Amino acid sequence: MARQQKTKTKYSKGAATGFFMVMPTVIGLIILNIYPLLRTVYMSFFKSGAFGKWTFVGLDNYIKMFQSAGFWTITKNTLVFMVLTVPVTVIFGLIIAVLLDQKIKGKTVFRAIYFLPMVVAPAAVAMVWKWLFNSEYGIINTVLGALHLPSDINWIADPKTALLTCAIVTIWSSVGYDAILLLSGLQSISRTYYEAARIDGATGFQQFRKITVPLVSPTLFFVLMMRVMASLKVFDIVYMMIEKTNPAIRSAETILYNFYQETFVKNNKGYGSALVVWCVILIAVITIIQFIGQKKWVTYDV
Amino acid sequence: MAGASRNGRKISKANIFIYLVLILGSVIMIFPFLWMILTSFKSVPETTLVPPTFFPESFQNTAAYIQVTNSLPFLKLYYNTLMMIFIRVVCAVVFSSMAAYAFAKVHFPMKNLCFALVVSQLMFPAQVFILPQYEMISAIGRTDSIFALVFPGLVSAFGTFFLRQTYMGIPDDLIEAARIDGCGQFRTFVSIAFPLTKTAIAALAVFTALFAYADLMWPLIVNTKLDMLTLSSGLSTLRGQFSVNYPNLMAGSVLAMVPMIVIYLIFQKQFIEGIALTGTKA
Repeated sequence: MARQQKTKTKYSKGAATGFFMVMPTVIGLIILNIYPLLRTVYMSFFKSGAFGKWTFVGLDNYIKMFQSAGFWTITKNTLVFMVLTVPVTVIFGLIIAVLLDQKIKGKTVFRAIYFLPMVVAPAAVAMVWKWLFNSEYGIINTVLGALHLPSDINWIADPKTALLTCAIVTIWSSVGYDAILLLSGLQSISRTYYEAARIDGATGFQQFRKITVPLVSPTLFFVLMMRVMASLKVFDIVYMMIEKTNPAIRSAETILYNFYQETFVKNNKGYGSALVVWCVILIAVITIIQFIGQKKWVTYDV
Repeated sequence: MAGASRNGRKISKANIFIYLVLILGSVIMIFPFLWMILTSFKSVPETTLVPPTFFPESFQNTAAYIQVTNSLPFLKLYYNTLMMIFIRVVCAVVFSSMAAYAFAKVHFPMKNLCFALVVSQLMFPAQVFILPQYEMISAIGRTDSIFALVFPGLVSAFGTFFLRQTYMGIPDDLIEAARIDGCGQFRTFVSIAFPLTKTAIAALAVFTALFAYADLMWPLIVNTKLDMLTLSSGLSTLRGQFSVNYPNLMAGSVLAMVPMIVIYLIFQKQFIEGIALTGTKA
């Protein structure tokens, strides 16, 4: 306590050096993040005209946004995308992690394979999946046909399946990343818990529920938060898979896809700024809900 | 003893099931890449065969690669992507290390304010900064440049926060010993503390490189000249050019992913452990 008091009032020798050591980062963040953040919020109250002319419009962008049916569609699409991707990715990630945590051979090889999509640019990932999902010549419909399942699914251009297709690709490409994080959480669990449980006659599933899940829950919570955030700001996979001319665009367009179109293609910078502010608000609200919810299931003190 | 052996057999039966599931998963993970490579050697008519053939007629058919490299300057794209990754990694490591050390080990004026500023940036998606960042780059006339590609990654709030955790783990006694020996604060950082954080630095480098390489929206916005694109944004232009010419699209994708995959296969352990570290420490 006395020591803390001391450090609070007395700076270290070389405090000036410390100050200068953080300055590149601090100044950089002010220029690259703080100023842009404030400017984005500021611009969301303006309308951009020709020749860089800006007119103050107050809350007009937001009013226009909330009154537009298209806006609610993209918000719905984004939330649906979250619901489609997050639980499946995290559950599959956990299953893979648990399996990789067993005493098996070739662990590093499996680990490397599941992580593979992470080192491939999403643009390339989207490209190959677009080909796999091709309605006429794609291998997926061919395989479905061979199994006597419906094989005429227009995965990418049918409004009913377009977003689902993007979700499948996203799950495929992120499941390995989650598995790696969860695996390192699992590996920090002491083996003695399992031995004790086995002596007490606990089944594999009981061990999973009573030991694994609580002890890995902090990592699980981190992965979940990260996954939710990533799903709410999805852009690249959807942008690469669903072109602007795709008839299913309306049922697959997400908030940031629309932000990109409005801001950088249609040059509606004020409206675009309002959209990205909305995205931040949505992320903040859902993150807060998760933080409240975590008290119910995340165990920190073991 | 008999009980143990029965138990052992049970475990190995369970193991077979585990292997089956893991192998099935691996096939699902690898197949798209395999199909990408196979398709890149096919001709367009070959890709429209019903039922599709598995292998291309000839692996010597490199027409797709020739067409793709003719329409996109791939060597330039490799160079741009490599430079963007390299500079971003160096900046993230150098600036974040310096700041992280100071935050963890030095008491200086306005420290809490500065640290709050860093942490608060972790909550925002990068896209909220993107339009003003673009305006800045365009105001100084540096669109279509390597500098533009690097710009948003000059400093890293995440890197600072992550490395600070590592520096916190270095015992104060060690730092104080160096200080008593007459090392200045900066010398202590460079010659004592920094070398102790190699694992974390490698992790941050991998993390930064992967996300820079994957980034699509920023390069798409700032660099529109064909020879200033990155691999990611270059691929997106191919999509418009060869809409259903899948051999060409696959050849482009193969070219874009091969360098990173080769690096990954060599440093596989560092990649995965690095990513695991950035996830668990942060």
